[in-house]
Amino acid sequence: MRLNRRHFLTVSAAAGGMALGLRATAADGPSDVGIWVTIHPDDTIVVRIARTEMGQGTLTGLAQLVCEELDGAWAKVKYEFITPEANLAAKQAWGSMATGGSQGIRGSVVYVRQGGAAARAMLMQAAASRWKVPVGECSTSDSVITHISGKTLRYGEVAADAAKLAVPANVAVKDIKTWKIAGKSVKRLDTAEKLDGSLVFAIDVKLPGMLNAAIAQCPVFGGTLKSFNAAKIKAMPGVRHVVKVDDRSVAVIADKFYQAKSALARLPIQWDDGGNGNVSSADIAGFLSTGLGAPATGTGLKAGNFEAAFTGAAKQVEADYASPFLSHAAMEPMNCTAKYDPGAIEIWIGTQNGDSALAAAAEAADLPLAAVKVHKHIVGGGFGRRGRQDMVGQAVRIAKQVPGVPIKLIWSREEDMQHGFYRPVTMARLRAGLDANGDVVALHARVSGQSIAAFAAPATLVNGSDPRMFQSWSKEEFGYQSIPNLLIDQAMRNTHVPVGTWRGVNTNQNAVYMECFIDELAHAAGADPLAFRQKLLARSKIHLDVLNAAADKAGWGKQLPAGVFRGICQNAGYGSYSAAVAEVSVSKKGELKVHRIVAAIDCGNVVNPDQVAAQVEGSFAFGLGAALFSEITIENGRVAEGNFDSYPVMRMEDMPKVETVLVPSGGFWGGVGEPTISVAAPAVLNAIYAATGKRVRTLPLRYADLSHA
Amino acid sequence: MVKISVNGTMHDVDAPPDTPVLWVLREWLGMTGTKFGCGIAQCGACSIHIDGQVTRSCMLPLGQVGNAKITTIEGLSPTAAHPVQKAWLDLEVPQCGYCQSGQIMAAVSLLKQNPKPSDADIDAAMSNICRCGTYPRIKAAIHAAAGNAGKAGAA
Repeated sequence: MRLNRRHFLTVSAAAGGMALGLRATAADGPSDVGIWVTIHPDDTIVVRIARTEMGQGTLTGLAQLVCEELDGAWAKVKYEFITPEANLAAKQAWGSMATGGSQGIRGSVVYVRQGGAAARAMLMQAAASRWKVPVGECSTSDSVITHISGKTLRYGEVAADAAKLAVPANVAVKDIKTWKIAGKSVKRLDTAEKLDGSLVFAIDVKLPGMLNAAIAQCPVFGGTLKSFNAAKIKAMPGVRHVVKVDDRSVAVIADKFYQAKSALARLPIQWDDGGNGNVSSADIAGFLSTGLGAPATGTGLKAGNFEAAFTGAAKQVEADYASPFLSHAAMEPMNCTAKYDPGAIEIWIGTQNGDSALAAAAEAADLPLAAVKVHKHIVGGGFGRRGRQDMVGQAVRIAKQVPGVPIKLIWSREEDMQHGFYRPVTMARLRAGLDANGDVVALHARVSGQSIAAFAAPATLVNGSDPRMFQSWSKEEFGYQSIPNLLIDQAMRNTHVPVGTWRGVNTNQNAVYMECFIDELAHAAGADPLAFRQKLLARSKIHLDVLNAAADKAGWGKQLPAGVFRGICQNAGYGSYSAAVAEVSVSKKGELKVHRIVAAIDCGNVVNPDQVAAQVEGSFAFGLGAALFSEITIENGRVAEGNFDSYPVMRMEDMPKVETVLVPSGGFWGGVGEPTISVAAPAVLNAIYAATGKRVRTLPLRYADLSHA
Repeated sequence: MVKISVNGTMHDVDAPPDTPVLWVLREWLGMTGTKFGCGIAQCGACSIHIDGQVTRSCMLPLGQVGNAKITTIEGLSPTAAHPVQKAWLDLEVPQCGYCQSGQIMAAVSLLKQNPKPSDADIDAAMSNICRCGTYPRIKAAIHAAAGNAGKAGAA
């Protein structure tokens, strides 16, 4: 949506200027030139950011896109987060604040580029008017407007005039080939504050009179809080209140969080397990395995007649795979600070969705949306977990019981790990038929497991099926559609465990299933795994080019040091195409070392190559850490793991070298934060097979015996 | 009252001696650069220096500090110009940034003991968790801070 200046001022006045971050225009102060850019008299450019920054670099990339179109001087760019209440008051003028699905840049690119271009047009018009010349005689560069006569004005000199102009619609944006700021590896705008402890994460907020809260939630999912005995801990140091938060949780409020946490550990609490107290991971595995051969609950891609072709094939191959529940385990534990006053609620939060944090606060406070103020902080790790607003509702319900006092709710690591929205548990059965030449004539992928949509958004199910369970296998994504008899279907098997988006969502599990199985087929056909894929992808150039880019950089087929073996894979997701080659060694005793990863990605257009590389590096830490080590198990209806001692993740000593190959083919905007996670595990699993002759089909790898002769 | 020295300043802390130093820093002294990550000395987000030696503060009782000098991320350099901080800036190490106070404190301690660490030395010494996966850049930045530019591991 576009705002003209009149609407903009109305909104600004209605919601109170400064609170919105929208300032009055004055000749000696900063001026809002449209809604995305504020320019100071000294030429400082403040770019407004609506999406969340959680490490993925979106903040810098968006500022680059705006500054590029603005023709601003990058050295003078700063950022400012738009508040959710400003976005609400302006009817989402800054677009969606939701930051997930690798949408931060690709979902904003149209309107932020327009915003920068509109501001540039306004600045040029202001200069032209002052000079009384046609605007067509003016040009811009580095925050300076130049007239053909040679005279110049700085942006800071005309910003106040420009701010009074109507925001033009449909301004042309630049040809990407002419980019000078976007497309370059400029430095992030948020690094310095992360090096000296000065960045205030939500967990670091300090407010006058603030108290702190620790929470205990019913350990069994679906269970409830029966009772607690506050008298037992009331006399402990610092304890102020012990409050029921909701039907399933209780909180201790104290002067310090450490006191609240210590007292909570001594609080006698009775829980009702809601009937789920006997469920274990073995039960869940049994339940899921019933879905491997049962009638499908939903069908995705379908071509030809799989069963007939499979039955008649010269060679048949079948394999079952399994992936566990996973926790996000972001380094900053869940937290939210809330202050409730009659008729008003204010929260401090690191969230992946400012709009829905605001809505959650309003709902929990039982107040209208307009009564909420949200202080949105840079996030200490999201990975999908902070798209949920459960901690907001809790903090507000706690604060409402102590009006006028800001209360910071912090979850212990154990609460964080045991009350997540986990990556869904799934299994898959893959079946394929090869003809006498070793060509794939039939392929069936059945995924059995839990649906995020069924848990979180049942209305998005389509005829009882969750299309997102087919992520990476859609018509737009799946590279092997030349296989004549193809069937992809699902058997939904939902458990009592809450599930949610875990960076890479279903692409991670699905890529393991498909790309390890394709590797199995290559070996069954006696073919080289790269050549086998090249043949299958012959009609899908975009997949093939990425695969070849990874293979070339890795030196596929070339001699490796003794004992080192390669694995390869490719996958598409989030609008991007990825491939990876892993180099591993496995000792006779079965000790695995991942030496080197070469990862290629085609995300269409690249806004900041170094930040794309950073996301790829991080994606391999996230994807390989999960594949090698991590698993959430269920015992007695609850999560058995509680901290990093029982939930190991990637650390330095196991992290391979990662070489990123960017092969942007242009013409589209693909995601970056998530896609390459999916190629991490299959590349390594396929390399392990090359090294040991062993197929690991159940994750995590740490339980697999990789010893070999 | 317990007396402790933090970043060269003496503080009287009105907390029981079994209070972990992490929470003394964050809640009694208001210094939030040192982070809470796990509470069981597993992740290293709470890393500080005790007499120059990296220590996980979440399981270090206040009463055990005695006369030792505590240094936190805030006290590493008055202008954030420590060679390790500069290397972190040059190589764009942080993503979300939450673990980086601890990573930097661990790296500074490593370089103090071993001015020219090898990749294997870094693997052994740097056990702090980073969920964003900045490990390759941390390794490269440690080499850069050590003047081992030629040995930097990341592209």
